Amino acid sequence: MNFFIVSLIKTVIVVLVLLHVLAYLQWIERKVIAHVQLRVGPRRVGPHGLLQPLADVIKLLTKEDMLPSHVNTVFYFLAPFLAVMFAWISISVIPFGPIIKVGPVTTGMEITDLNIGVLFILGISGLGVYGVALAGWASNNKYSLMGGLRSSAQMISYELPMALAIAAPLLMLNTLSFRAMTDGQAGYYLGFIPRWTVFQGPFPQIISFILFMVAGFAETNRVPFDLPEAENELVAGFHTEYSSMKFAGFFMAEYANMITVSCVATLLFLGGWHPLWPAAYGSNFLPVVTFAISGLICFSHAANPARPFDRITLPVFGVLFLGLAALFLVPPLQLVLMPLFWFVSKVGAILFVFIWVRATLPRFRYDQLMGFAWTFMFPVALVNLLVTALAVALT
Amino acid sequence: MDSLLFLIFAAITVICAINLVVQTHPISSALSLIGVMGSLAVLYLLLGGEFIAAAQLVVYAGAIMVLFVFVIMLLNAGGERKKPRRLWPRYAGIPLLFLFLALMGYVGNRVLPPSGDVTFGSFVGGSAQEIGKRLFTVYLLPFEVTSVLILIAIVGAIVLARKEID
Amino acid sequence: MPLPPLPFPPTPPLTWYLALSAILFALGVAGFLFRRNIITVFMSIELMLNAVNLSFITFSYKLKQNDGHIFSFFVMVVAAAEAAVGLAIILTVFKNRQTLEIDEVSSLKN
Repeated sequence: MNFFIVSLIKTVIVVLVLLHVLAYLQWIERKVIAHVQLRVGPRRVGPHGLLQPLADVIKLLTKEDMLPSHVNTVFYFLAPFLAVMFAWISISVIPFGPIIKVGPVTTGMEITDLNIGVLFILGISGLGVYGVALAGWASNNKYSLMGGLRSSAQMISYELPMALAIAAPLLMLNTLSFRAMTDGQAGYYLGFIPRWTVFQGPFPQIISFILFMVAGFAETNRVPFDLPEAENELVAGFHTEYSSMKFAGFFMAEYANMITVSCVATLLFLGGWHPLWPAAYGSNFLPVVTFAISGLICFSHAANPARPFDRITLPVFGVLFLGLAALFLVPPLQLVLMPLFWFVSKVGAILFVFIWVRATLPRFRYDQLMGFAWTFMFPVALVNLLVTALAVALT
Repeated sequence: MDSLLFLIFAAITVICAINLVVQTHPISSALSLIGVMGSLAVLYLLLGGEFIAAAQLVVYAGAIMVLFVFVIMLLNAGGERKKPRRLWPRYAGIPLLFLFLALMGYVGNRVLPPSGDVTFGSFVGGSAQEIGKRLFTVYLLPFEVTSVLILIAIVGAIVLARKEID
Repeated sequence: MPLPPLPFPPTPPLTWYLALSAILFALGVAGFLFRRNIITVFMSIELMLNAVNLSFITFSYKLKQNDGHIFSFFVMVVAAAEAAVGLAIILTVFKNRQTLEIDEVSSLKN
């Protein structure tokens, strides 16, 4: 019974954190894209627009949830449900940190660690196609059907280079479970180069990482591969007929897929929760330094504020950041917080790349997109797998 | 606990299979078949076949059924038309079916030797490492032959479906 | 946490899995014989193949060998190839006859 209760608590924690991260990922995206485009982004609701996700949730919940008369009712309700369910299930096998001891319980920081974790994620991303395809079909609308079929065909086509790009580091790591994989990336070469898969001999998996990231962009329908769901193409594609919470469901599924792809990239290629340089050289002080500098910047901007309310809100943020910096100095909490900090910062860096690319690149045409998958990425992934296999076999 | 999981997922499997046979529109049948494959994947996990459960999700439910769903959506031919059928097989069929199943269950229980129980975790040969070891040493020839078979199927499918459906 | 006494044993006997496989196979045969839409007939064939896979994995559990798993893997691969070619044939039949009912593709009948 102890196992069930611990799993239940972990599930509740992960779901709560995931919901908040999904909401605030949208805020981060809007702010980053705005600053890239030399504007400010949301700033009215709460200080610096921080309550904007709350306002969005309230709007989506209170909007009229209409059911168009021409849709196929069962599939219309089933499609966003399937999309969200498959997007959230894949978070359950991702470990966020090492095995920790909280009170009387020793447990790993994931909901479960499957022996076949990587295959499970591949299977669930294959099943995620159904949410999109059914949404296109249920809307009984030829534009939605074309958008849904195009999006599903794109997701399936890019699963193949993604699977091959995943197979190459698996040859070097020799395991399918995510926790064992991250344990195989511990340690350092020459004392300071981390043994992450992108740096690991006999063949550093840099090409695999790039292939996986590109395939990840295509799997989650993000720019530059977002033709099937862009607002100005095909009348918004497969979610044309959806409004309020069901539309929010598709968006939550897309952001959850983004988080899953970033977490899998971190675990497979960037060493999970292992720090960039050894703790002996002071990597435990990086979060302290980062948060302390952020707090000091907040205080210095509060001295000559750009906007009148910054005189109040920026010192509050400064105090919060300094409090976080102090939290990282407490040794009992460091065992839990340090791996979490490194994991979250790596995942955050990859999510920032997702948002950065969205702000920067134009989108592909559909035939360019499919041709890119089948005529370029698939042969490159195959050759990469062959070279990795050769390198592993010869050592 | 094992028994409860088996009964829940076996019930889901049978209900989805009956739904497949009964529904008129093929897209509902396709979704029911995906439900069958998902719950069968859980049953394979209960029997210790982790790799086969994952392969079922990736290959069957994630690729083959997507192909079915695509073809159904592209052809868009609608459901079956109802044919006028006689009434007495419909009303006599289901009780007779249950009678037959009960008889087979009773005879099977009497005749078959007692078999062991299926406990979760007692078969460890189903992991990816073990299957990989057998697949690439003992069963290497069938493995290579199936890759040639898939190549033939790809070429055949492309040749057959070459012109666009409009 | 003490549970109330359940009417079934705590671990399922192997015959339950085989019975489930038989029921699924029978349902597949029923769908194959009684349905007229060719795609539904094809999906009943896939249901029969899945039932047989369950049977293979069950016997592999009983004999404590993983040959059943490998055979089941090959069944999946062959089912994939068959689905691809079969659906291509169905597309061609639809293009030529504009129908998916197998009763209407009967021009060779007397």
